[in-house]
Amino acid sequence: MAEIILDHISKRYPDGALAVDDVSLEIHDGEFVILVGPSGCGKSTTLNMIAGLEDITDGELRIAGKVVNDKAPKDRDIAMVFQSYALYPHMTVRENMGFALKLAKTPKNVIDEKVTEAARILDLEKHLDRKPANLSGGQRQRVAMGRAIVRDPAAFLMDEPLSNLDAKLRVQMRTEVSRIQRRLGTTMVYVTHDQTEAMTLGDRVAVMRLGLLQQVAPPQELYDHPANLFVAGFIGSPAMNFVPGTLEAGKLRTALGDMPLSSAQRQSIESAGAARDVIVGVRPEHFEDSSLVSADLLPKGLQFNATIDVIESLGSDKFVYFTQQLGPAANVTELEELARDSGRADTGGTTETVVARLDPASRITEGENARLWIDGRKLHVFDPGSGRNLTLAGARETAGGASGSGAADGLAGPASARGDGLPDVETARP
Amino acid sequence: MAATAKQKSGWITANIVTMLVMLIPVVWIVSLSFKDPSTITDPTFFPRKWTWANYSGIFSTSDFTRPLLNSIGIGLIATFISVLLASLAAYAVARLAFRGKSALVGMSLMIAMFPLISLATPLFNIERALGLFNTWPGLIIPYIAFGLPLGIYTLSAFFREIPWELEKAAKMDGATPFQAFVRVIAPLAAPGMVTTAILVFLFCWNEFLLAFTLTATTAARTAPAALAFFTGSSQFAVPTGSISAAAVVITIPIIIFVLFFQRRIVAGLTSGAVKG
Repeated sequence: MAEIILDHISKRYPDGALAVDDVSLEIHDGEFVILVGPSGCGKSTTLNMIAGLEDITDGELRIAGKVVNDKAPKDRDIAMVFQSYALYPHMTVRENMGFALKLAKTPKNVIDEKVTEAARILDLEKHLDRKPANLSGGQRQRVAMGRAIVRDPAAFLMDEPLSNLDAKLRVQMRTEVSRIQRRLGTTMVYVTHDQTEAMTLGDRVAVMRLGLLQQVAPPQELYDHPANLFVAGFIGSPAMNFVPGTLEAGKLRTALGDMPLSSAQRQSIESAGAARDVIVGVRPEHFEDSSLVSADLLPKGLQFNATIDVIESLGSDKFVYFTQQLGPAANVTELEELARDSGRADTGGTTETVVARLDPASRITEGENARLWIDGRKLHVFDPGSGRNLTLAGARETAGGASGSGAADGLAGPASARGDGLPDVETARP
Repeated sequence: MAATAKQKSGWITANIVTMLVMLIPVVWIVSLSFKDPSTITDPTFFPRKWTWANYSGIFSTSDFTRPLLNSIGIGLIATFISVLLASLAAYAVARLAFRGKSALVGMSLMIAMFPLISLATPLFNIERALGLFNTWPGLIIPYIAFGLPLGIYTLSAFFREIPWELEKAAKMDGATPFQAFVRVIAPLAAPGMVTTAILVFLFCWNEFLLAFTLTATTAARTAPAALAFFTGSSQFAVPTGSISAAAVVITIPIIIFVLFFQRRIVAGLTSGAVKG
């Protein structure tokens, strides 16, 4: 058991490509941290650097207080589960799991004991003498986990361990991973591109993009208070809707109508020094059928009419899709990247399709020109240039007080990595 | 798509013709080897009088048995060393990025392409000066030189097939690079090593020019070269029967080799390593 500290870590490849750019992250002892981001964001490279499979170009990596930059993987006391599982095909499950111990010259009876114990935890006892080729995907995945568990390492590293499983198994194994981590209490760093996995598994989630750490926070905080446009769009499914808008006389003018801003919101946006053009982010669940909103709430939001294209009724929720001419679609790289990553760019869909999650009691039908309401209190306002969440920046400033702009800039820096020590943003919000 | 009867018969005919073209010389030499010396020149394809005389003849003197031993010994030693060195080199070629890698690969390709005849005379002189002429090492060393490029090429292809993550996993499990190679990579590349060994051994076994040039007596002469030195019972008799019998004898190991190892080469061991 150990804490892992990434101190301004960078990775530059010989061809000059900067894969990881000055990442600082503190992973506490026993913590379950998720690195998440679209492909090419540097999350796997970061993990490989922690593992020792890739050299660190710059910065310092400390495991359990010791600098390990130049240590071989075997001297770092960490175990890793690979995306492809990387089981040794010529060895039985038992040999696979005991391989590390055998290399460490552990006495045979101890190896047997540990392998049997791990097999019991993972429900693999019946398969110990089979070869990986004769196992199902889920079983192979568990063998890979077992290989890590038997070593009793200071930390587990997992590189998209569930991405090769089918959807149903993935959900099962997700619970399993969580259960094992809690049971063993070992520090775990887990890489995934799947935001659902990130949200459900981690104590804290580190979102990466283009080699930069975007935000490190517990899942709920990421969801409620995304530090920037990218995090806002990446976390959550269906994704947050983005609408270009302009700030005018304390009002937020968008193609959907003028949104009222509370004084606290106005204050935080103004103190963040917002430009006139902004991007407004609204989560699907912050829309509602106007007829279902109580009269005293209606003025706290914006009402507008939209022609509904598609309704998906899931029983517990109703997803409503409509397209809206949202004005000049802001040319924001983050949004384009998010569209590419989610596949929207490929399917020909545009960001102009708005998704709303309504109460199932809603009587709205397809093709109807329905009256919808946006909860103005839950708006996010982003600076299109830097992508910064202006509502959050203000909130942070009022919360952090003296830390001032440092906290506002520290979206990705150590300040937010140490987030749990600081007064939480959540408590500061009105 | 089911083949029509016409297509089928076409294929059968083509196959039979190919088989005949390939097999007639083989059958011919087998039949020659069983012919009695007195009927060897008669115009019948199959022997009228079957005899083992040719076989017992070549095995009765050391003129053939000793070269046969030389062939086996030199072939095995050269093969073993070639595969050992080639697997180390191929591993580096397949896995590492190092300076001069393309030069190394290019050079080994060039050596493999080199016409042997251009080397025969220089080697002859060099080996005489070094005292290697007409010795086992005198043949083993050049055979290794020609076996290595072959080995590096086939083996690096096999190594590239092995998922890199296995090595990373071994590293994470605490293996040194050497341990990772010996305990994880090499066992998986075993089919490749067997294939390579067979190819190198066949090259050594069949090689004639160097064996002929670099040897003088049966101390180191290999079987193919020894055939050229067979003499008949008299100065004027052509030793066709003996040569045929010897040729059949040195072909048999090759046939056994291929039949025995064919499946192993094809099987491959890597199934189940990664997601299936």
